[in-house]
Amino acid sequence: MTSREMPVIRAASLVLAHVPSFVRLGSKPLRVLRDVEQPIAYLKSHLRDGDAARIYAPNQVFIGNLGVDELAGWPTPWHRNPVDGASRFGPDGEIMPEEEFLGLLAACDDFDLLALAGDVADRARTALDAHPIVGSGSGRKAVPAGITADALAERIERHHATPIVGVDGSLLGAMLPGHDEDDTLTGQVLLENLSCKATAALALRHLLARPGAIAETDVRYVINCGEEAVGDRYQRGGGNVAKAVAEWAGCTRATGSDVKAFCSGPMHALMVAGALVRAGVYDDVIVLAGGSLAKLGMKFQGHVKRGMPIVEDVLAGFAAHVARDDGASPVLRLDAVGRHEVASGSAPLAMVKALYTEPLARIGLTLLDVDRFSLELHNPEATEPAGSGNVPLNNYRTLASLAVMEKLIARDGIEEFVRTRGMPGFSPTQGHVASAIPYLGHALRGLTTGRLTRTMFTGKGSLFLGRMTQLPDGLSLILERRQ
Amino acid sequence: MDLRGKKVIALGERDGVPGPAVAECATRAGADVVLTLTACYV
Repeated sequence: MTSREMPVIRAASLVLAHVPSFVRLGSKPLRVLRDVEQPIAYLKSHLRDGDAARIYAPNQVFIGNLGVDELAGWPTPWHRNPVDGASRFGPDGEIMPEEEFLGLLAACDDFDLLALAGDVADRARTALDAHPIVGSGSGRKAVPAGITADALAERIERHHATPIVGVDGSLLGAMLPGHDEDDTLTGQVLLENLSCKATAALALRHLLARPGAIAETDVRYVINCGEEAVGDRYQRGGGNVAKAVAEWAGCTRATGSDVKAFCSGPMHALMVAGALVRAGVYDDVIVLAGGSLAKLGMKFQGHVKRGMPIVEDVLAGFAAHVARDDGASPVLRLDAVGRHEVASGSAPLAMVKALYTEPLARIGLTLLDVDRFSLELHNPEATEPAGSGNVPLNNYRTLASLAVMEKLIARDGIEEFVRTRGMPGFSPTQGHVASAIPYLGHALRGLTTGRLTRTMFTGKGSLFLGRMTQLPDGLSLILERRQ
Repeated sequence: MDLRGKKVIALGERDGVPGPAVAECATRAGADVVLTLTACYV
């Protein structure tokens, strides 16, 4: 197989939805706030408004308005040093305000389980209808009229709907369960799944709205790699978000399926998409994922303790178009897929050898032939206050140590390796999305109009969290400039 | 530290040293590993 026959990644989109009112519904806040006497007041001063989330430097990097090297030189703490005047739209996507996102959720709800309060629905409809990509002319379902406060209260008290309470304590809406006796269809679970669908759908519509993008009716296969478990009591997690998103986005000739592997899911999905294209099964495959509501506010206790805003207040989504070689787009090297095998071992050195040294050596390259490595890109401003460390930096140092062991660099070259071939973490802690993917938009620009020759994307998955194996997982992919 | 004959809980971290790697070291040092867990902090 030669690189001429390899698939390419033609485009990518990355979106955020700022949802401060949903932070309380994240798994960690839900559990912790049960023991807090006044949870609304407790969180209120730590929840950011839409403007603060929009001008937050890591979020601006996420949508492509700010470069990773610019962020590396940006004054810290980032939450006190905003990008003044920054736009909500960027070359890779947008940061959607909560008011609009509530409308998008309602417009994605095929079963009318989500009800918004009357005035909330009106504002959401007006805002979303004016959206340049998913507005009233986009062919989507209209945002339905809201219901009265009494009707909302009845849904919550009599029908066990999950209330959605605003930052100020006002009732914004409620999500009904999908079944009276099904723990996999509670209002909470369905709101998580609907949030995932909506953010993935937003990302897909952004991708399809690009100049020169594939027509929606030419999309033939969609792979969702989000982590949400869609299904019912007989097959929890057995469902299919991909086709739901394809339907919503107007991809009428597409079908699809879900690929799951915790945070390494996106790498597996891109590999599978590339293989489908390479095999000639489909010419165009979309890989996408929506955000994780359960992970909102995952480290919020550290933020509250430090007196800083809760920066895990955004849902993330992405979409990528994998296609046949078009002679211009960056090439996905299917001949150099790095994989953590069952027998690879879980020690750090074993992991990095399996994911970096082995695949690079297979095509006659070393670590020094890669301009940029994209790996776990979690924003350290989210993780460090909670004692979880700087995840990307730690991983880059491990990688640089491998370069020392392979005698590619001297020991005193570690910091330079990290600085020039790594990048600061800028992704919200959204699991699968944070795992390498947020750099994809930057990489596509760098590998076409920029100065990059080769990038490497690595996702790691914590398989042991599901208690079926002690193994971790990992998969790496090389994306390089078209020769 | 002499681990021979000691009961050990091997608690690791995904982006550091995972539980099974800790457990293997402890076992080779003569410990009896009674529980192996790996945490993921992201």
